[in-house]
Amino acid sequence: MTSTAMEPTLAAAPVSERAQALKRMKSGDAVFRIMTQAAAFLVLALLLGVAISLFVGAWPAFREFGFGFLISDAWSPPKEHFGAAAAIYGTLVTAIIAMVIGVPVGLGVAVFLTELCPPALRRPIGIAIELLAGIPSIIYGIWGVYYFKPFMQAYAEPFLINTLGNIPFVGALFAGPPLGYGVFTAGFVLAVMILPFVTAIARDVFETVPPVLKEAAYGLGMTTFEVVGSIVLPYTRVGVIGGIMLALGRALGETMAVTFVIGNATHIPISILAQGTTISAMIANQFADADPGLFTASLLALGFILFIITFIVLAAARLMLARLNKQGAR
Amino acid sequence: MLFKTLIGAAFVVAGVTTSAVAADISGAGATFPFPIYAKWADSWKKESGSGLNYQSIGSGAGVKQIKAKTVTFGATDAPLKAKDLDDAGLAQFPMVMGGIVPVIHLTGVAADGLVIDGPTLADIFMGKIAKWDDAAIAKLNPGVKLPSTAIAVIHRADGSGTTFNFTNYLSKVSPTWADKIGEAPSVEWPTGIGAKGNDGVASNVAGTEGAIGYVEYAYAKQNKLAWADMINAAGKRVAPTVDAFQAAAASADWSKAPGFYMILTNQLDAKAWPLTAATFILMYKKPADVAASNTALQFFGWAYDKGDDEAKGLDYIPMPDNVVALVKKMWASDFAQK
Repeated sequence: MTSTAMEPTLAAAPVSERAQALKRMKSGDAVFRIMTQAAAFLVLALLLGVAISLFVGAWPAFREFGFGFLISDAWSPPKEHFGAAAAIYGTLVTAIIAMVIGVPVGLGVAVFLTELCPPALRRPIGIAIELLAGIPSIIYGIWGVYYFKPFMQAYAEPFLINTLGNIPFVGALFAGPPLGYGVFTAGFVLAVMILPFVTAIARDVFETVPPVLKEAAYGLGMTTFEVVGSIVLPYTRVGVIGGIMLALGRALGETMAVTFVIGNATHIPISILAQGTTISAMIANQFADADPGLFTASLLALGFILFIITFIVLAAARLMLARLNKQGAR
Repeated sequence: MLFKTLIGAAFVVAGVTTSAVAADISGAGATFPFPIYAKWADSWKKESGSGLNYQSIGSGAGVKQIKAKTVTFGATDAPLKAKDLDDAGLAQFPMVMGGIVPVIHLTGVAADGLVIDGPTLADIFMGKIAKWDDAAIAKLNPGVKLPSTAIAVIHRADGSGTTFNFTNYLSKVSPTWADKIGEAPSVEWPTGIGAKGNDGVASNVAGTEGAIGYVEYAYAKQNKLAWADMINAAGKRVAPTVDAFQAAAASADWSKAPGFYMILTNQLDAKAWPLTAATFILMYKKPADVAASNTALQFFGWAYDKGDDEAKGLDYIPMPDNVVALVKKMWASDFAQK
């Protein structure tokens, strides 16, 4: 039907018709381009907006305390004296504990799933890990406070205090009454939370290793351990590091689960079994009630510092990846 | 154009209809009196037809909200000083009272088997006393077999009127506390575990062997926590009971308190519970929305007159009649009536 209707016009003005259609398509393309461009710029504007508004809000605190804000661990609302050191310390130490425990275990699970696991088990374990990644953080917090914390208090911490706690110098890291709440408990809960991220991403990239490479390596008489160490990991390092950085990002910013178990003490603990705080836990606990003025400004300053820390971590990851790629090319 | 006019008209109509029906009032602030405000609001709605929307977001946040004029009234456990009230054009009055109790979790010690005095409590919360069998606690409790468990101090991590009253008491009984830490809705705790909200402290105490914390009386009761008796300012041992809270309230002289600024901790009466606290309402004397403000005053007047039994049912202490008379006198003289 269309063809019969089209025929006369086609003969009458074929060129202008085509030009018009092309123009229409072109203008459609232009609209599409502008829309996607706007979305991309919106992200940039948002990022900049967040950074600027945080900085402006935090400015009174930076002006009042100067550089001392970064190195003081005082946090006294009645005396209006604030410092970020305790929160920065807690944020970094819990994240480090989480990475030290979570990354090797996560990579181990991924290696088992891709290299050693009987095919019948592969899917159930894989699905379990993906489900673990989908659990909201508040659930980890509840698990941490009701099940893991009592376990730490009754068994793990007394054991650590009585063994590692007696070693000279290092012992100070494992000193103190076993209360269950503390930096180590928070770090461990974080490790469980980042585990699925590390595993899921590592498994996906491990599967991209061409079988021919692995078969060749096995053919040369390599053990599974050697294949993983010298074929799989080097081939997939970009993806693995990406996964680890994503996990680190989550560990740095995680709020609720940490707030539940870290003990929310606003000073720097020497022992990792003692109570501490993190930047996000501080903000979650105190922002709603903070008096306007220095108190609120100091909390916003904490937020700005977390923003910078996350930025540095991401930048470092990019740099590392760029260097690795260069080496790989050589 | 027509569309805009229609929308404008719809808004006008909506505005007219809402103000024709008794205006709903909104309030925000202290978590401590939330259970009783909710109950009162429920009963009052049945009588008057107008509702109350109360958000229990904490005392500090309540003060913030009323100053930002987003609510009809703010509620706070930490009263504002008369000068701050005048600067902001706010009126303040006490609504209801309650007690704060030191709650403990110590296997082998009976529910109210322990007694603590103020200075000892301050030393525990400063970390100077770290074990339950410390000489200071043992001296107060002859005959009680105290374990050498480490004391786990549990305090509020968020800003809180309960903390304000608790630290106010500790500042009164311990010069060191007053000097080093002071009194405020959130302070720099020298030791211990921070938990969020009264319920957070209650559940942490319940789950931690050797713990001591402080919560509003109703939370201690609901969570079936063991408490410690206190030695009050008169040197007498008192248990946290409604009578003891009432004794503290009755011995206060409200008529000499400008802006009803009254802290009920450490009262001298022999029967008084030393950790008694009142909770306050903040409202503008010249509000932008006079209708809502008047409705709120009607609600509070109704609560003073008819809400006593419901308050007692939830272990709050109603304001004494002489204080209510003072408050109503202030309403009549200070609020812009239209």
